[in-house]
Amino acid sequence: MNNSAARANILQRLRKETPPGLPLSGEGRSCTLVADASCSSPDKGRLGGVSSFDWDKAERVRRFTERMQAVRAEIHHADRHNWLEVLVEICQAKGLNNLLLSPNTAWGQTITAQAERFPSLRHYDQPIDDWKEEMFYGIDAAFTATRGGIAETGTLILWPDAEEPRQMSLVPPIHIAVLETDQLYTTFAAAVQKQGWVETGLPTNALLVSGPSKSADIEQTLAYGVHGPKELVVILV
Amino acid sequence: MISEFRQHVIENLAKPKVRANFRKAMDGLMQRRLDQFPDPQELDRIRTQAQAIRANALSKLPELLEQLEARLTANGIHVHWAETTEQANQTVLAIMQQHDAKTLIKGKSMVSEEMGLNHFLEAHGIDALESDLGEFILQLAHEPPSHIVAPAIHKSRQDVAKLFNEKFPDIPYTENIDELTQAARTILRDKFYSADIGLSGVNFAVAETGTLCLVENEGNGRMSTTVPRVHIAVTGIEKVVEKFSDIPPLLSILTRSATGQPITTYFNMISSPRKPGEKDGPEEVHLVLLDNGRSNIYSDPELLATLRCIRCGACMNHCPVYTRIGGHSYGTVYPGPIGIILEPQKAGLDVHGELTQASTLCGACGEVCPVRIPIPTLINRLRFEGVRKDASTTPGTGSRRKLQEAAAWKAWSWSASHPAVYNFGATAATRLQGMLPTNMSAWTNVRSAPKLAEKTLHERLKDLGVADE
Amino acid sequence: MSKPDTVYFFGTCLIDLIYPQAGVSAIQLIQREGVQVIFPQAQTCCGQPAWNSGYRDEARAVARSQIALFPKPIPIVIPSGSCAGMMKTHYPELFAGQPDEAQALEVAGRVYELTEFLVDVLHIELKDLGEPVKVAVHTSCSSRREMGVADRIETLLDQLANVTKLEQIRKAECCGFGGTFAVKQPEISASMVLEKVDTIRATQADRLVGQDAGCLMNIGGAMEKQGAAIPHQHIAEFLWERTNMASTPLPSTPLRNHSHRTERPLNEAAARSLSGVEGNKETAQ
Ligand code: SF4
Repeated sequence: MNNSAARANILQRLRKETPPGLPLSGEGRSCTLVADASCSSPDKGRLGGVSSFDWDKAERVRRFTERMQAVRAEIHHADRHNWLEVLVEICQAKGLNNLLLSPNTAWGQTITAQAERFPSLRHYDQPIDDWKEEMFYGIDAAFTATRGGIAETGTLILWPDAEEPRQMSLVPPIHIAVLETDQLYTTFAAAVQKQGWVETGLPTNALLVSGPSKSADIEQTLAYGVHGPKELVVILV
Repeated sequence: MISEFRQHVIENLAKPKVRANFRKAMDGLMQRRLDQFPDPQELDRIRTQAQAIRANALSKLPELLEQLEARLTANGIHVHWAETTEQANQTVLAIMQQHDAKTLIKGKSMVSEEMGLNHFLEAHGIDALESDLGEFILQLAHEPPSHIVAPAIHKSRQDVAKLFNEKFPDIPYTENIDELTQAARTILRDKFYSADIGLSGVNFAVAETGTLCLVENEGNGRMSTTVPRVHIAVTGIEKVVEKFSDIPPLLSILTRSATGQPITTYFNMISSPRKPGEKDGPEEVHLVLLDNGRSNIYSDPELLATLRCIRCGACMNHCPVYTRIGGHSYGTVYPGPIGIILEPQKAGLDVHGELTQASTLCGACGEVCPVRIPIPTLINRLRFEGVRKDASTTPGTGSRRKLQEAAAWKAWSWSASHPAVYNFGATAATRLQGMLPTNMSAWTNVRSAPKLAEKTLHERLKDLGVADE
Repeated sequence: MSKPDTVYFFGTCLIDLIYPQAGVSAIQLIQREGVQVIFPQAQTCCGQPAWNSGYRDEARAVARSQIALFPKPIPIVIPSGSCAGMMKTHYPELFAGQPDEAQALEVAGRVYELTEFLVDVLHIELKDLGEPVKVAVHTSCSSRREMGVADRIETLLDQLANVTKLEQIRKAECCGFGGTFAVKQPEISASMVLEKVDTIRATQADRLVGQDAGCLMNIGGAMEKQGAAIPHQHIAEFLWERTNMASTPLPSTPLRNHSHRTERPLNEAAARSLSGVEGNKETAQ
């Protein structure tokens, strides 16, 4: 139901010549100037609060960890050899009964190969409509890879896909994510640019996740675990 | 007679608990914002950048809307246009009816408040449930939001505890915020599970890529846009930006200005419905683009700046008037300084024109606005629109002109531009017109009456022989 | 700019009628630095009350009569952030597109708020001759946000060895005067000024100083109404008193009662009969 009359009217009004009304006041004029001058290159966009970001990898990891921990995310530092051990320990510590993952990602394959060390592994191998109840009420935790991270804000970049669909990082009470430190960018703008988001085309749903779900709607007091995961666990590899 | 607005004000000023809630919350929000911008020069720079991004988008608004529509359509998202809130409501209803849907779960959306969507759907037998914790609380209490970012900011934990206890007697009474939050989680989880359709607002719509961006902390926005089979987004036509590269700076200044967070927990970028092979996400996504007076605001080159707003709420957090009277006093969807400039332009100065008086023009709002909307300048402009004699594009132009007041200003103006009359003939009260009430009781209720000096400065300086030219 | 030989002085209506001593002191401070002062006797009002009420034509007529009074290319000094802000930032808006826009812009370009002028142009050096005193400072919103000169008053006070500055909480928050605001929204204005008074009293200062007569009249008036007021003074009067040999010692009674002016209360009846202007009151339909 595309209301074409409304569309035409709105666009027509927006295209109407500005009536010769009042002269602009000072601020109005300067706005126009600003728009003309700097808008041709809005790509200067950067999240930052500091003038330059030349953080090396160690600094990026340090900042990412600091920011994430500030919002009660759990950070584990690991490497290519011991990350699986770390994950086993996390699952034990949390007393998980099951873990939702994709058996087809490289990470998932490694985990699946040692399935006996983990709680019962579940696969998101059918459309949600066929197992929504279990997803909502039966899954303890989900494990996903990430597309990268942002050091400045302590953020995970997720591009959910058929292997690791959107609800994995949303519905279960615990989300365990693995982030390769090679993919840890300084800022959101840097990640967008270096990963070529616009050139590649954006996915159905791209996400930035910076900590477990939270709210400050009651008395501006932070409470964690509102509608999304109550816990966010990040394994840095 | 005291106006409706002043009656609200008097009532709300007389609620010490609510006032204390506001004061505490606003003090906290101001401090948290300040902590996010330690370097004033950097802040200056990024405000200029954010202003430029929004001003650029507005300068190309019709083209960008067409581009947005084309991209979204190519991505498989249905685009609807609505000139009025009635049309927008009908559009949402039609989509619901097509799907034979009975329940709607909502993420936070101020535009849906503007539409009065919940009421409208209720009247058509559809259950619209708010899922943002603050909005959920208010829906239980049958109250409108009092703040655009923190809707239930006027409520204390005790208020919420009582409310939950009354509405959900099965849940044990608690004033513990974590427990209250968990209770809401449990209740709403079932609703997300079973809702037919999800509805959300939009923080930014990117024309270049056809992407709808949502900023939130709780995850209810993601739930509403991910779990139900259909997602409807509603937004004002001004929310479009040109490029995806505009997003990082806007997102950053939005969250830092709004709640003093470097970033929110979730930034949700939606570019299409579920694609073949994908296992979840809505099968249909709709975007409703609402005008409701915005294109009219757009026609005025100065007032157009109103549309730069990214709804961060910083202007209300810093407003000494809002802090005292609270959001409900305004009687509008958008309270505080942004409401003062937006609402009279939408509904007309004849309806909400008095709000333009609810400001001391102290400038605190304009000082913090991340997109540098010159709010005090626009308030002043709307005061002018309210009393001007000739026609203009703002609805209700001239409706606030009162004969007596206009005559008094005319008399004042004449005498103050005739110094001989003014300095030797006019009375003190005439000379201080507008600064001192003719009805002194308004002033002397809490202040002693100003005392006139025996000799004016003019007289003293004449006596002292200070040069006249 | 370098130190001028002569400046214009624009006194403002509130200082003219209620705080003339502040105007006299400001001129004395400037003169003491070897600068001549011209006070055009035909000056009336900057036009701000009408401008802020939306009556632009009426404001412009008054403003037009004022800009004609300052023909020489010398600074115009104004002992008020709010009136200086009107001339400096709003005259260009008020005259945009008018035949005399250029003249208005030229005048606006020469406007200085008093403390700004003392610090930035005269580089004044003050020697404190007074007894130790604790002061709270109220910086006006217009000097802070419109003129961007709120810190100059602090710079001046910091030069006075015997003055201790005390900081009230929420110092940058508006006192609730807002010109027409106090008239149109008396309840909100009252709640603002009463909170402002509380924060100032909490500092236990001996005196309140500020650079805008409107704020002082508002805050001072509220304190006087409560009783046991902290005496308030315009910064010009305070500085002159502290640095002038002939100054009187700090009085124990509120200053506005000690000074050599005799005052006439502007009560309701008087105001009515004087003005005959009832229409200025907001009457809601
Ligand atoms: S007007 Fe400015 S400060 Fe107020 S909500 Fe909009 S963007 Fe934020």
